[in-house]
Amino acid sequence: MKIEILGMGCANCKKLYENAVEAAKLSGKEAEVVKVEDIQKIMSYGVLSTPALVIDGVVKVAGKLPKIEEIKKWIK
Amino acid sequence: MLKQFAAYVVFNLLSLEPDSHLGEAINFFIYDTLKVFLLLTVIIFFVAMIRSHFPPERTRRILLRKRQYLGNGLAGLLGIVTPFCSCSAVPLFIGFVESGVPLGVTFSFLISSPMINEVALVLLLGLFGLRIALLYVGTGLLVSIIAGIAIGKLRMEKYVQDYIYQVKVGSTEIPQQKFSEKIEYARDYTKDLLKRIWPYVLVGIGVGGFIHGYVPSDFLVKYAGRDNLFAVPVAVLIGVPLYSNAAGTIPIVQALMGKGMPIGTVLAFMMAVTALSFPEAVILKNVLKIRLLLIFFGIVAAAIIAVGYLFNAIL
Repeated sequence: MKIEILGMGCANCKKLYENAVEAAKLSGKEAEVVKVEDIQKIMSYGVLSTPALVIDGVVKVAGKLPKIEEIKKWIK
Repeated sequence: MLKQFAAYVVFNLLSLEPDSHLGEAINFFIYDTLKVFLLLTVIIFFVAMIRSHFPPERTRRILLRKRQYLGNGLAGLLGIVTPFCSCSAVPLFIGFVESGVPLGVTFSFLISSPMINEVALVLLLGLFGLRIALLYVGTGLLVSIIAGIAIGKLRMEKYVQDYIYQVKVGSTEIPQQKFSEKIEYARDYTKDLLKRIWPYVLVGIGVGGFIHGYVPSDFLVKYAGRDNLFAVPVAVLIGVPLYSNAAGTIPIVQALMGKGMPIGTVLAFMMAVTALSFPEAVILKNVLKIRLLLIFFGIVAAAIIAVGYLFNAIL
């Protein structure tokens, strides 16, 4: 499973990355969490607001900071 | 009721003299603090609810292929309800322009969105009253529409960074929230925002209270009164570095208005605080060539100054 965090380095983007890492750890699943900071790649997902969270190519949330429990639900 | 409560605390519990400077200042501080935080909590919750209906993806769909004028007007209005943070300005700008929202219309959105924000609105409503809050929204919209039309007319498309026209924007559906999720979102949003701005609000109201109680009432008439033509541009210049601090500056400005700062200068100053900022310029530099960036700042500043003069002249 691949979790991508889209964002150009704003405070909430960093927070979302931390939340995602924590959620992946808690869920016990094999998940790789990566930051995507390149604007061309961010735009290829069609999001207009950051931070955004993408799991295996599917946008789960954009422009908001989801909590760890929420991310855990998506990972399952 | 809040007024009585504040007066009770100050004059009965603290037993300060009703006509003393200290009593005045503390009374003002307690009353305004209670009022502003009450309003902030309630209004921001509802604003967050409304905003969850207007994600930027939806706003873009509404603005697609809209012509000038109508498009600028719609963009200004949608800027009020679409959630926006300057950290998202780059993807938002590219997404709008690349999918065919005209450049001038995009700018109308980019101007109104930070300028007419919920924190500024609450503080204006709470401290200045409905009339000035509406005046601010109306003139803010006007500035965003006029500046957007001007940029559209100037045909600035070639001064957008070149790579933007090469970016391929995908078309993912952003998942819709359920009603219960919207409520939860609005609650969290209100909590986070209050956590972030409360120190500024307190300091702002504190300084405002001090000015209210201690500064002589015609103090500013001499320096920043109607007759001083430089007051408006200077207010705008001072407002630019105070970025995103509507929470701290509006209470101070309210106190200054009581000391003779005219309404046009007040409006111009607050618009400069919310609409123009250096961090935003740095972010927009990613998508705009320097020439368009300067034109954008110049036009918005000119429109704000014009608003200042206009209201100083007619009110």
